[in-house]
Amino acid sequence: MSVLSADAVTLAYGAAPVVHEVSLAVDEGGVGLIGESGSGKTTLARALLGLLRPRSGTIRYGSRDLAALDRSGRAEFRRAVQPVFQAEALDPRMTAAASIGEALTTHHRMSRAGRRARVAELLDGVGLDPALAARRPHQMSGGQRQRVAIARALAVEPRLLVLDEPTSALDVTVQARILDLLEGLAGGRGLGYLLITHNLGVVGRLCRTSHVLFAGRVVESGPTRDLLVHPAHPYTLALRDAVPRLGGEPPRASGRTEAAPAATGCPFRLRCPLAVDRCRDEAPEAREVTGRRVACHRAEDVLERALDASRWRGGTGHPAHHIQKGH
Amino acid sequence: MTAPVVPDAAGAATPALRRTPLRWLVGVDRLAVAGAALLALIVLAALLAPWIAPHPEDGGSATHPLEALLPPSAEHWFGTDQVGRDVLSRVLYGARTSLLIAVAVLAISGGVGVVLGVVAGYAGGWVRDVIMRVTDVFLAFPALLLSLALAVVLQPSVTTVIVAIAVTWWPWYARLTASVAASVATRAFVDSARCLGVPAPLIVFRHVLPNSLTPVLVQLSLDGGGVILTAAALSYLGLGAHEPTSEWGLMVQQGQSLFTTNWWVVTFPGLAILITAFAFNVLGEGLRARLTR
Repeated sequence: MSVLSADAVTLAYGAAPVVHEVSLAVDEGGVGLIGESGSGKTTLARALLGLLRPRSGTIRYGSRDLAALDRSGRAEFRRAVQPVFQAEALDPRMTAAASIGEALTTHHRMSRAGRRARVAELLDGVGLDPALAARRPHQMSGGQRQRVAIARALAVEPRLLVLDEPTSALDVTVQARILDLLEGLAGGRGLGYLLITHNLGVVGRLCRTSHVLFAGRVVESGPTRDLLVHPAHPYTLALRDAVPRLGGEPPRASGRTEAAPAATGCPFRLRCPLAVDRCRDEAPEAREVTGRRVACHRAEDVLERALDASRWRGGTGHPAHHIQKGH
Repeated sequence: MTAPVVPDAAGAATPALRRTPLRWLVGVDRLAVAGAALLALIVLAALLAPWIAPHPEDGGSATHPLEALLPPSAEHWFGTDQVGRDVLSRVLYGARTSLLIAVAVLAISGGVGVVLGVVAGYAGGWVRDVIMRVTDVFLAFPALLLSLALAVVLQPSVTTVIVAIAVTWWPWYARLTASVAASVATRAFVDSARCLGVPAPLIVFRHVLPNSLTPVLVQLSLDGGGVILTAAALSYLGLGAHEPTSEWGLMVQQGQSLFTTNWWVVTFPGLAILITAFAFNVLGEGLRARLTR
């Protein structure tokens, strides 16, 4: 039984749905959710955190429908699932100690001394000097803020983290260290996490399974390694080729990347270099292609292209290959 | 893999600077400091009126018929009024009345407006609609007219002035706070508190309210002058403070017919109104420049 799952979830703010019938499940270990801005990934994260009710479909905590949880079930869910947001997760008027302390005392009573000791322990656990407890967010660097936010999320000893672009606001070296931290935490505690990002390199490192979201639909999902090495959906391919690599040509966007998702047929067709008449007439259903689910009429052709490209590069030049060495 | 124990370098070494409020203002705007200093002086004068007024008994009902309408002199710096009271003493006592009205009105209308506004802004939906429609009804009346109507119905007194102005003033703070709170409510730290399971009332008063206050504080200080002017207007029209209370608007009303012959009776309380309203405005503008970037 997965800790948290979405079953055919459709989400909308106004009339037009932002997320269409998405299904995914998060267990112990990492799951990636990849997509560009506007793809609906943050909206989906908010729904999974219980901040937004689905228009249709169900979000389940264990086997229970999130919308039907009673008071104690809801409190249990709140302790079990915690977010780490891109930025501004800390109240600008609160010190680090107050922010973490709030997490500690929301569900349990705790003495002042016990709280102080636990705050120091949590800060130490995310690689921060406990002396930082007295700082407010504007007195900390972006990396320190994000570590405090992680410490706050861990304070309730959750089973699962929803990481919404946890490193996107940070510069590259800090980003790498935050990822190290998350990797260590997840491995050490058997913590599950959903990692939401636009950066393929990041999921490659932390997630075994990934879902690619385009215009609110999952267009491809499967083992992260397969998605990165030989994508079967042209959008995944485009994302992969947009990752810059050392010594290579600068990445070039393929297709007309500014085109809005198409309203009929395949939503990606206006940006797709392989689009044919069928893509205009018929929306592709998700189907099984070599160990993954993909919603593309021409998945086999995409696969062939991706494999070709890898061969041309000698199968080594791409960061996807380095990223995967750990697995 | 273990996390690096070294904290991230950037921004690690910025000890909080100890700043006094005055220094904090000087850094930005000398005019604001002038406003704050002037206001501090007025507050001080009001508090110390019984000790610094040359004729403390003239702040109330004393009369000295033989000394009526004396021009400014060493004995009576601002001259005396129709019943021989020292105008300087009455201006000093009048500061007490005006500041009391200003503080009371801003506290009541600010308190009511901010609480309703922050609830409306955070809750959204029908709660927001109900609160904002009630607010709109109050805003639909011209403020002075509503105050006048209320003051006519109630007995003329300082309390009446406070109530009458506060009733017309709070909707502005409610509306301002609601719009700020609605935007604060979408920020990640509010979502983060919701995800912890912090109860909604605590989220509103612990996170949303403190982060919505800055523009309201600016508005409150800008409005101090307006309250004093309105209070003076109500008293001038005979709907507010009445004899023997020292109140600037009332003094202006009583002295206006004497302007051509005994200019000092109306001029000094008039100047007091002007200077106090000016001090509030300058301070408010300075705060705005400093706090809203």
